[in-house]
Amino acid sequence: MDKNQSIIKMRGINFSHFENSPILKDLDFEFLKGDKIGFIAPNGSGKTTLFHLMMGLIKPVSGTIEIFGKPMETEQDFSQIRHRIGLLFQDADDQLFCPTVLEDVSFGPLNMGKSKKEAIDISKRTLGFLGLSDFENRITFKLSGGEKKLVSLATVLSMEPEALLLDEPLTGLDTKTRTTITRALTEMNISYIIISHNIEFLKNTTSKTLTMRDGQIYTDKQVHVHIHDHAHVHGNIPHKH
Amino acid sequence: MIEEPFASGNSIIHGIDPRFRVAAATFYSFAVALCYQFQPLIAALAVALVSVLLSEVGLKTVFKRLVVVNGFILLFWIVLPLTYKGKIVYSLGPVNVYLAGIVFAAKITIKSNAILLVLISFIATMTFATLGHTLSRFKLPEKLVFLLMITYRYIFVIQQEYQKIIRSIKIRGFKPKTTLHTYKTFAYVIGMLLIRASERANRVYNAMRCRGFKGKYYSLTYFTADTKSWVFVTIVFGVTSGILLMEFLING
Repeated sequence: MDKNQSIIKMRGINFSHFENSPILKDLDFEFLKGDKIGFIAPNGSGKTTLFHLMMGLIKPVSGTIEIFGKPMETEQDFSQIRHRIGLLFQDADDQLFCPTVLEDVSFGPLNMGKSKKEAIDISKRTLGFLGLSDFENRITFKLSGGEKKLVSLATVLSMEPEALLLDEPLTGLDTKTRTTITRALTEMNISYIIISHNIEFLKNTTSKTLTMRDGQIYTDKQVHVHIHDHAHVHGNIPHKH
Repeated sequence: MIEEPFASGNSIIHGIDPRFRVAAATFYSFAVALCYQFQPLIAALAVALVSVLLSEVGLKTVFKRLVVVNGFILLFWIVLPLTYKGKIVYSLGPVNVYLAGIVFAAKITIKSNAILLVLISFIATMTFATLGHTLSRFKLPEKLVFLLMITYRYIFVIQQEYQKIIRSIKIRGFKPKTTLHTYKTFAYVIGMLLIRASERANRVYNAMRCRGFKGKYYSLTYFTADTKSWVFVTIVFGVTSGILLMEFLING
């Protein structure tokens, strides 16, 4: 596969929940193979909506979506490509629904037609990769917030998707879990888009940053995301920058 | 929180194939429910006590469960002796206590406790997930099993959402009184809970679709019908048949 192969291509997308307040206006966007994109934008600017449009969970008012070069129109079209793109939901409780961790992680592979043995093997491997080897028989709703998030990520990765859409993957997590997720993302050779407000995380994991304003996407070439260090000569005296 | 205090263990009963345990418990429950004589009922209770001991579950927790059920049975002890006509054992003015009522209440008590004890030792000793898979092996409709599992999973989430709302009204000084404000607040709580539950259901369904869900649910559990499971199920069916036989012989 060539590097510039298109994964998702959106043209002239319009979307609104209520008639007079459009969320997305005439939006164009292309997600290419090899892209590692960070998405920073204010709450309510339509980032999650955009992800859900990409997965066909909601339908745009107008505009076209192409995924892996195929136009997506019906639920049928989307159901054929969904397993090739992994969407990590904001709330892990939405994603985990099986009683045990192993069952939840193998749910995707089983749906894809893998045998029981293959599904279990791949799930164990995925759990191992995320440092969750002894989690197989744990009960999903009894996990801590961070563990739930990692298991959610495992349920997505076990489908061996070609691209990931991560909706605020770090929100509410401790440093250890954050490190695990950052390591997993940098070790995998996979294209992804991450919605996050955490600049340091995006700096470590992405190569391009986008933002959203007035229902459209902007590539802020001038605004490069970086962390700014400087000496603090005023110590603890309150002051402004 | 619904807990599964008996599910983990290494007793003889825990080692039996869940399918055999469900079959045995079902047969036993129906048989005991059919008995009306004291002798077979007492035999059944003895069997139940032995099975609880064999399953090595915490007797204190078992006792707590029994107390809950017997709380309901207490109602029978209040109502039946006063209403079930027959020989009078005691009279207090216009109120008569009938012997037949006392006998009947006693039988109900023995019967329910025996069945409950067997269910604790055979069924409660497996996790809810295993039970779901076992039921699907017995060809219970896929949708019913799925509904059961999803309910079990999300009852906790809904409970958490409920507690979140309750906390948020408490920290703002809400105290229930018999006022319109109280009723309105409770109506809001219930309404909000319904909305959140339905939104949650929608999001869960979407997440499942993203992982290729097409209406079919797969089970990972392997069941092994080994010798000890066959021995177990034969013993339970044999003993239960003996109890039934006793019942029919006494009834003539």
